[in-house]
Amino acid sequence: MSFLSDPRWRDAAAHLPDYLGSHVQVSLAALALGLVISLPLAILARNHAVSRGILLGLASVVQTVPGLALLALFYPLLLAIASLTLRWFGFDFSAFGFLPAMLALALYSMLPVLRNTITGLNGVDPALLEAAQGVGMTPRQSLFTVELPLALPVIMAGIRTSAVWVIGTATLSTPIGQTSLGNYIFAGLQTQNWVLVLFGCVASALLALAVDQFLTLIERGLRERKRLHTMLGSVGIAVLVTATLIPSTARAPSTYVVGAKTFAEQYVLSALIEQRLQAAGLQASTREGLGSSVIFQALAANNIDVYVDYSGTLWLNQFHRTDMPPRETLLAELKEILAKRDITLLGALGFENAYALVMPRQRADALGIHSITDLAAHAPTLSLAGDYEFFSRPEWAALQKAYGLSFRAQRQMQPDFMYAAVASGDVDVIAGYTSEGRIKEYDLETLADPKHAIPPYDAVLLLAPRRAHDAALQEALKPLLERIDIATMREANLRASGSNANSSPASVARWLWQRIGGQ
Amino acid sequence: MALAPLIAYAHVRKSFDNGHDAERVTAVDDVSLDIAAGEFLAIVGASGSGKSTLLRLANRLLAPDSGRVLVEGEDVREVDPVRLRRRMGYVFQSGGLFPHMRVADNIAVTPRLLGWPAAEVAARVDELLEVVRLDRSLHRDRLPHELSGGQQQRVGVARALAARPRIMLMDEPFGALDPLTRDNLGEEYRALHRRLALTTVMVTHDMTAALLLADRIAVMRAGRVVAQGQPAELSNNNEPYVAQLLSTPRRQAERLNALLAGASAG
Repeated sequence: MSFLSDPRWRDAAAHLPDYLGSHVQVSLAALALGLVISLPLAILARNHAVSRGILLGLASVVQTVPGLALLALFYPLLLAIASLTLRWFGFDFSAFGFLPAMLALALYSMLPVLRNTITGLNGVDPALLEAAQGVGMTPRQSLFTVELPLALPVIMAGIRTSAVWVIGTATLSTPIGQTSLGNYIFAGLQTQNWVLVLFGCVASALLALAVDQFLTLIERGLRERKRLHTMLGSVGIAVLVTATLIPSTARAPSTYVVGAKTFAEQYVLSALIEQRLQAAGLQASTREGLGSSVIFQALAANNIDVYVDYSGTLWLNQFHRTDMPPRETLLAELKEILAKRDITLLGALGFENAYALVMPRQRADALGIHSITDLAAHAPTLSLAGDYEFFSRPEWAALQKAYGLSFRAQRQMQPDFMYAAVASGDVDVIAGYTSEGRIKEYDLETLADPKHAIPPYDAVLLLAPRRAHDAALQEALKPLLERIDIATMREANLRASGSNANSSPASVARWLWQRIGGQ
Repeated sequence: MALAPLIAYAHVRKSFDNGHDAERVTAVDDVSLDIAAGEFLAIVGASGSGKSTLLRLANRLLAPDSGRVLVEGEDVREVDPVRLRRRMGYVFQSGGLFPHMRVADNIAVTPRLLGWPAAEVAARVDELLEVVRLDRSLHRDRLPHELSGGQQQRVGVARALAARPRIMLMDEPFGALDPLTRDNLGEEYRALHRRLALTTVMVTHDMTAALLLADRIAVMRAGRVVAQGQPAELSNNNEPYVAQLLSTPRRQAERLNALLAGASAG
């Protein structure tokens, strides 16, 4: 099969109107908001050294915050503001998706505009400012008819830089629930689908180039007084905006939104749920790549309707419990806690995706390590790798406390690369996931946890408050409960991590449904 | 009784921060000077003598620290400076044209600020191009950088005249031009000054130009007016600085006369 006839291209292209449209909307809205704030600020501050310094300093500080972190920070910030407005004014708003993404990107867009506007205006020949005053212009007339037109090329260069930054950074708004071209990149990274990653990168680069060219046209038109250029550039941007608005209005608003976190198993399960709902005649779509803490808040706020979480994650991270009851008790108690928040725990899927310490079977046999108790004795000579959150999670603290673990070195890794790293001996032990398919593929051993330091992690279906009494939804999902065992999920995950035409989450979900006896 | 002066400086003082320490630099030091209607006054001095500052005080590009500046009988501090500037023409050193505006738009600036109807503005622009002897079809829609220095300064004069001011303020208007162009433009401007019954204050460091163009000359040094009068009166002045300023044009004239006489004799 040739590279271009790969069906994954078609898959990717099918999402383009939605992803590109949302991307353009959030980027251009952020850029517009950024301009509306930055231009007046720059104009006001241009002649005051102190406020100019403060303004540029603040904007530079914002710029040093990594884009992903800035976006992630806006979510809890808006949540807090929303709860305050609810308490004080009786209304709240969605802190999920568009709003936090747009605000963070707007903030991110400010530095180049501020800096170039101030530089451009201050670079105007003082003799011309005096001439403007001398012929009888007011300061305002001088600003609009002399200073701004003369500074225009420098200001437009700043706007173009900022447009390119914003369009690039908008790909990082996926984890806070804003659909963007980043959906391709996040999904591609998690499922090792490089076609998707490439598609997302190329699409956002082309978009940035196109917007840059339109802005260049507008600038040339304004500078050289060529109406045609200005018009072509403006029409280009207008066409982009309207073209991206059409699919979002033409697309039927889907009744049910299925959430997924940022790893392959979640993509497969959300695709499975979406397919089940559609098979039951319900409108459904997925919202993928959501951050682990964002997704629960999004469900509680009815921004998404259903997703799969893990009992231990909720127990430790969401409710900060430190006691460790047996599996059944924990599930029952969790169901009660969730019910108090109007969230329905519909049931368990049948498998656990727990953290487990994992090492190659041969190595474990050679060292005589079969449980974490055995490992503790060897740990000071071994290295450990975990995902980005593991070492700050309560499970790690509990493991250290229960077994007195202390490793020679600790490393953080992209989860997808951990298994190959431990199989090849780059690290000695990893904190892996029990449902990971590559445990079987690489012949790895999950070490026993005799002291039960790690809680159970049953995969459970959660429903949003507004779906608590939705019989149609619950009927459609019931066939999934207690049907997916750990071996099946591992195999599904292994398939999803493949890099071929049948490894898309949707294909794997169809395979999974067949496998668990669906028709 | 003599007519009231059109512009009157009375004990005017102006100083600036020098940027380094608390000491202030006095640019204009207790200057009193009257300019009569229809007069062509040249203010001559070296750079830093305060002559440009004195000019800027007249249309309130600068405000005096003390003393009074009266224009057409009104204290400039009591009138709206923007309206004041719109009724005085101002010619800047090397043009001061707005580089992003075409010649016609540069000339039309002040009439447009005053809200003249478009047709009247267009007619005035054409009229002024003729007054300053620029070809309408050739220059009207050019950008300033496409013109020679002399042409730019013609546009500068046209722009200053556009709203039909009675008073023209000129800051080193012909300083950056080559001698022939400077001479031509100076003569042409002097003719305009007469024809339009203007009152002109011209700042220059070129004593020869001042002697040839102006009715009266004020000599400034270190912020003070050290001498003033018609050319003949200046040559009788005892002030050594004035003699020094006059020595160059004198020597040049004598030399030229000698050379030209020699040539005709030979």
